[in-house]
Amino acid sequence: MAHAVEVRGVSKSYDNSIGLHPTDLNIKQGMISGLIGPDGAGKTTLLRIISTVMKFDTGNVNVLGYDARANYRSIRVRVGYMPGRFSLYQDLSVIENITFFASVFGVEIKEALRRVDDIYSQLSPFADRRAGALSGGMKQKLALCCALVHKPELLLLDEPTTGVDAVSRREFWDMLAKLNKDGMTIVVSTPYMDEAARCSSVSLMQGGRIMKTGAPADLVQGHRGDVLAIRTSQKFATLQLLRTHPNVDHVHTFGETIHYTDRRGSIHPDDMLHWLSDHETPAISAELVEPGIEDVFIQMMLEGSHDQ
Amino acid sequence: MTSNSAQDLYAIQAVDLTRKFGHFVAVDHINFHVEKGEVFGFLGANGAGKTTAIRMLIGLLRASEGTAKVAGFDIHTETERVKSSIGYMSQRFSLYEDLTVLENFELYGGIYGLSRSDVREKSSSALARLGLESHKKSILSSLPLGWKQKLAFMVAQLHNPPIVFLDEPTGGVDPITRRQFWEMIYEAAAGGTTIFVTTHYMDEAEYCDRVSIMNAGRIEVMGTPGEIKEMLGAKSIDEAFVRIARPVED
Repeated sequence: MAHAVEVRGVSKSYDNSIGLHPTDLNIKQGMISGLIGPDGAGKTTLLRIISTVMKFDTGNVNVLGYDARANYRSIRVRVGYMPGRFSLYQDLSVIENITFFASVFGVEIKEALRRVDDIYSQLSPFADRRAGALSGGMKQKLALCCALVHKPELLLLDEPTTGVDAVSRREFWDMLAKLNKDGMTIVVSTPYMDEAARCSSVSLMQGGRIMKTGAPADLVQGHRGDVLAIRTSQKFATLQLLRTHPNVDHVHTFGETIHYTDRRGSIHPDDMLHWLSDHETPAISAELVEPGIEDVFIQMMLEGSHDQ
Repeated sequence: MTSNSAQDLYAIQAVDLTRKFGHFVAVDHINFHVEKGEVFGFLGANGAGKTTAIRMLIGLLRASEGTAKVAGFDIHTETERVKSSIGYMSQRFSLYEDLTVLENFELYGGIYGLSRSDVREKSSSALARLGLESHKKSILSSLPLGWKQKLAFMVAQLHNPPIVFLDEPTGGVDPITRRQFWEMIYEAAAGGTTIFVTTHYMDEAEYCDRVSIMNAGRIEVMGTPGEIKEMLGAKSIDEAFVRIARPVED
């Protein structure tokens, strides 16, 4: 399958900092590719470079078969880009914003509305409301409409779900899944690790670098050692105690449990339960569980810091 | 900072707390209490009324009906005493970006009426706790977001408030720093500070002693994470949240 995006040795510096260390990334056509990491990971820099709105220092970028330096105009008409900050015209109404973006791309407004009908139908009751007066969820849907009016082959979204509640996040991902099913390649950045499950491929990013890229299931497979999930009513005390375990590799909270990894690779749950009881901090239960993307991310972050 | 909170049973008690904007009822007669030293998670979808409720509790917005006591003070009649009894930080408003770390401590210490020596002592112990002594002269904007948020939490506690309000304190923060932040929350709570926190990370809801979930201006469910899951027959708080908090669009 052809690559929708090829990034080769691309780097970017700002005045006082490095936005992106030399980076390689391939994104296959028809995929939903996730760039996952915290603020400052380089997600926005990478997306801006792919969208051709930002120049880069080294390397080459090819998008939909066009070189990002030589043929950026050909790329722009084929790519939809939804920036992280709400960037529509706050003083224009919903319908005026869509009309404006349609006219920029030379699309008839009727045709534009037909293309985004699924999403616009939820917005149409507010067609004449100023964009600035919309709720967060509605702003997001309007921004998505404006990024889709020219029927892009590739859709780039920069943190569309940041600060959005868990229910609205799910619904947004359902919209993306539908666009993807109709053939659109999507690259989306997010700080929420649980959204990795909605992607065909994810790149874990931290400190201006891609630490690892792969299918979510493959990344989880790559986790070193077993993960022991411990359930306890004394979370903070247990957390501190586990850090003193003679064979501890790493301990962190994970939802309602504590995740423990052992330097020997594995530990029997019963042995751990006994050890905790012997130290006067008995737990409710302990079981070996599948690691999550966040476990993998934490392990890679820790390994990265050991290398330095 | 002294307060008469010792005489009150609860850190926060809201009775029929309500706020209307014209015909729109943003917060609709909510009743709840938060115990002293508790970590209370205040959850809800965007637009459910969380921010409006918090603004009333911290004395930034008048309640249309009902009342609340915060740290033992009435939000209607003792607003200024409420403000001096709480610490507050949010993802959007924390510290001054173009001041140094130490200058931020000094500024807030001054605002809260602390003596110079007190500020010096507290800022050095806070920086030691965070392992950031070598960065005390760094301009805030040069620091990673996670450090800033940890510093903001320390600054919010400079005046030893009995209650700290944290509004999405960990948004965009990496998974390790996010957890370190929660350990700071546990430490503060173990020291007797009451924590009132909002978050969109559902795993963090599991770290709270009790949580409430708001929808359309009302508190729909409240209890320990375990109780809420049992009540709704949900496997996780995430699942419980999805059942309760249908997104509200105005």
